[in-house]
Amino acid sequence: MFPGSRDIESSSGISLKPLGSSRLVIDPSLLLLTVVICCIGLVVLYSATNESNTLLVRQSVRFAVAFAAFLVASQVPPDALRLWTPWIFCLALGLLLLLMAMGSASQGANRWLDFGVFQFQPSELMKLAVPMAVAWFMSERRLPPTLGQLLVLLSIVLVPTLIIADQPDLGTAVLVLAAGALTIMLAGIGLRVLLGIVFAAAVSVPLLWNYMLPYQRSRVFTFFNPESDPLGAGYNIIQSKIALGSGGLFGKGWLNGTQAHLEFLPERSTDFIFAVMGEEFGLLGLLLLLILYLALVARGLYISYQAQDTFTRLLAGGLSLTFFFYVFVNAGMVCGLLPVVGVPLPLVSAGGTSMVTLMVGFGMLAAINGHRKLLAP
Amino acid sequence: MMGFALMAVALGGRLLYLQAVDKEFLSAQGDSRHLVDVAIPAHRGPITDRHGEMLAVSTPVDSIAANPQKIRLAMNRLAELALALDLDEGLLAQKIMSNLDRQFIWLERHLRPDSAARVMQLGIPGIETRREYRRYYPSGEVTSHVIGFTNIDDWGQEGLELAFNHYLEGKEGSKRVLRDLLGRTVQDVELIDPAQPGRTLATSLDLRLQYLAYRELKQAVQDNGANSGSVVILDVETSEVLAMVNQPSYNPNDGAQRKPGPIRNRAVTDIFEPGSSFKPFVVAAALESGRYQADSLIDTSPGFVKVSDSVVIEDPNNLGEIDVTTVLAKSSNVGMTKIALELGQQDLWTVLSDFGIGRSTTSGFPGESSGVLTDFQHWRPVGQATLSYGYGVSVTALQLARAYATVAAGGIFRPVSVRVVRDPLPVERVISSATSAALLDMLEIVVSVGSGSLASVPGFRVAGKTGTAKKSGVGGYSEDKYIAIFAGIAPVTKPKLVVVVVIDEPRTGVYYGGEVAAPVFASIASGALRLLGVPPDNLQEPALHIAALTEASP
Repeated sequence: MFPGSRDIESSSGISLKPLGSSRLVIDPSLLLLTVVICCIGLVVLYSATNESNTLLVRQSVRFAVAFAAFLVASQVPPDALRLWTPWIFCLALGLLLLLMAMGSASQGANRWLDFGVFQFQPSELMKLAVPMAVAWFMSERRLPPTLGQLLVLLSIVLVPTLIIADQPDLGTAVLVLAAGALTIMLAGIGLRVLLGIVFAAAVSVPLLWNYMLPYQRSRVFTFFNPESDPLGAGYNIIQSKIALGSGGLFGKGWLNGTQAHLEFLPERSTDFIFAVMGEEFGLLGLLLLLILYLALVARGLYISYQAQDTFTRLLAGGLSLTFFFYVFVNAGMVCGLLPVVGVPLPLVSAGGTSMVTLMVGFGMLAAINGHRKLLAP
Repeated sequence: MMGFALMAVALGGRLLYLQAVDKEFLSAQGDSRHLVDVAIPAHRGPITDRHGEMLAVSTPVDSIAANPQKIRLAMNRLAELALALDLDEGLLAQKIMSNLDRQFIWLERHLRPDSAARVMQLGIPGIETRREYRRYYPSGEVTSHVIGFTNIDDWGQEGLELAFNHYLEGKEGSKRVLRDLLGRTVQDVELIDPAQPGRTLATSLDLRLQYLAYRELKQAVQDNGANSGSVVILDVETSEVLAMVNQPSYNPNDGAQRKPGPIRNRAVTDIFEPGSSFKPFVVAAALESGRYQADSLIDTSPGFVKVSDSVVIEDPNNLGEIDVTTVLAKSSNVGMTKIALELGQQDLWTVLSDFGIGRSTTSGFPGESSGVLTDFQHWRPVGQATLSYGYGVSVTALQLARAYATVAAGGIFRPVSVRVVRDPLPVERVISSATSAALLDMLEIVVSVGSGSLASVPGFRVAGKTGTAKKSGVGGYSEDKYIAIFAGIAPVTKPKLVVVVVIDEPRTGVYYGGEVAAPVFASIASGALRLLGVPPDNLQEPALHIAALTEASP
């Protein structure tokens, strides 16, 4: 326990009230970076959707909602978050199980809970709940975790991961797994344990292979040799490589990408928007975007470094590295480094749910930093 | 941390490789996917009559094609496509699946542009449209034999469309365009080669005369229950074909009507023995030989002449001693035989050949026949005798018209032309003007008092000759199948038109050329002379004609 943590709890009720005496928590660098990336995203999206104003407006509304979520999350004191964590994790797990039960009843894949007015993807909640739970579990314990604790942590990560993979949603499962694993790594694990995990992973690959659906297998095959099925599964990756290559160093210019505008590039407004940007803005544009992402990650890691307790430090570090992982998986997929899994480019791809999740995560980072400063003498 | 640094470096390195090192290859790959060279269709040149009336025009149509390898990925939209194309879905699916090794098949040709646009609006991958041109023939069956038609690929198949295919066809151009995934052209990038439409073919036909001749011929063939018939009208001054019609005919705009019988341009493909309509050319040879004049007397008694042990040539009755003019006017076979046997074989053959008998008109019509004129070295007396009244020799209607035009033009032979003659073609004098003038006089008497009286045209002097030929078939000449012929020239004072009328197998009991073909000539010639504004040359007794008409009417 850090000194003064009691004060955080007592002030938490106040800071949640908008007109309270405590000042509003805003992290200018996080805010600035996310806004700039989102604006770049809107510019690219406008081109990727063949200059559709409707989609542009829709995406802007999503941004607005996500930023609101960001600001709200920024006000939640980390200690309150830590207290809620078990409940949030259990809620997310419960929803996943409920979905699984409904899915098996309706004999089909189901990722969505339909609440009439809006749809909700419990697996998205898991992206935050898993690193939170890992951080929460270790917050009262000594680091690094013992082997027994490690087993508990692994089950915290693997149970939701497997349920999500079963939906089937390989992309989100990978991200949830990564979020959990990265947080565990930050908690500190010995070399021997790490080697053990690598070995276990190597053993589980054939098992996982059996478990995969045909379309998922074909994606992996295609990853190794996209030209083997140029009209089918390899189509996406061939077209996106062409888009990137056509862009060259400086790009063809905004709205001038032929791969995207002539509809050769599939999923160009969602998973493959990175290729659209590469074609129109070239290597220069992509590197600029990647630098902005890295700056966000660096800011998150700095917050983690500055954090005053285990929970916040682990959570901040886990969220930051997970964000980096998102970017890497999407960009790696688009340029043919990684197999095609349905992972959007954070803050840029069209789509609402994942953006809200991301911004809530950044809100938590802001809260971790902001509430620490509040307590500084 | 090392791991993350490695990941970042790997990503950056990969991007550098793709966007800097492999750029050329990937750009070329991209271009090959959306830059396509496409043909710019060029339409066929129109065919017009001598006054610019359209006889064949090209109208734009759109054809729908499919790339089976692409549409295979969108088979779930086949029902929509089948509906839009009005095709059976099962057959369409079969057509696509059985052509998976190909990248191009036609689905439907020659749709109206708006129908094709509706199909393209479905946005089904692998479906594309090609602009094509379809021939349309405004005057339909009236000009069908002369003009012919094209096939679905716009290639000439018959008539002038075939004869002048290379002249008429357009030259496709090509251009480079930007295409999207669905094969839709988004933007023209550059013009590689401009399209050149085909040239206009101005024929010598006069559409008004063509309609007139067609109407009269059709009526006559119907009235006489005949098998078929042809009419050819030539301009005497230029030997241009002003009209050429046949029965039966067909509508070239309807593919289903393109059957071997009706599509035959009988005026150039079908040969027949000209019978008595051939006699003027033998008489011309007689006059040219110097041994005969118009008033030379020939004894045709006792109404027959024996040319060999088994062959006796006879007239319907004994005409006694008559002059050459009367031989023609009464169409005496005995008289003609006696004249022909007096002539040298080579001299006779030369004159006949000079008239174009047995020689192609080189009009260029597909399937044109040259007719038959046996070489004189193979002639025997019987053959030479029957030749004199038009048996043992075969001509087409166009050849017969050309020979009469030579007589009408004062003995000047001109090659016939189906195109407007702008520069005079090389001409050749084949008989003296005196001979041709004498012959013209004799032929006028045929019409005014002889067998061709029904061919007379009020207000005009008309010359001509009838012919009634027994049709030959297996086992010799038929006794009840005839070809009725009339070949005429008008006006005699300054000949303008030659009209040849051939009616094949009249079946109502009347079959003489003078009765079946001559009236058709009269109607066509009187209408044509008026349409062309030819001044009448025979107006001295108008009152008599009117009196005759009023007498006949009650």
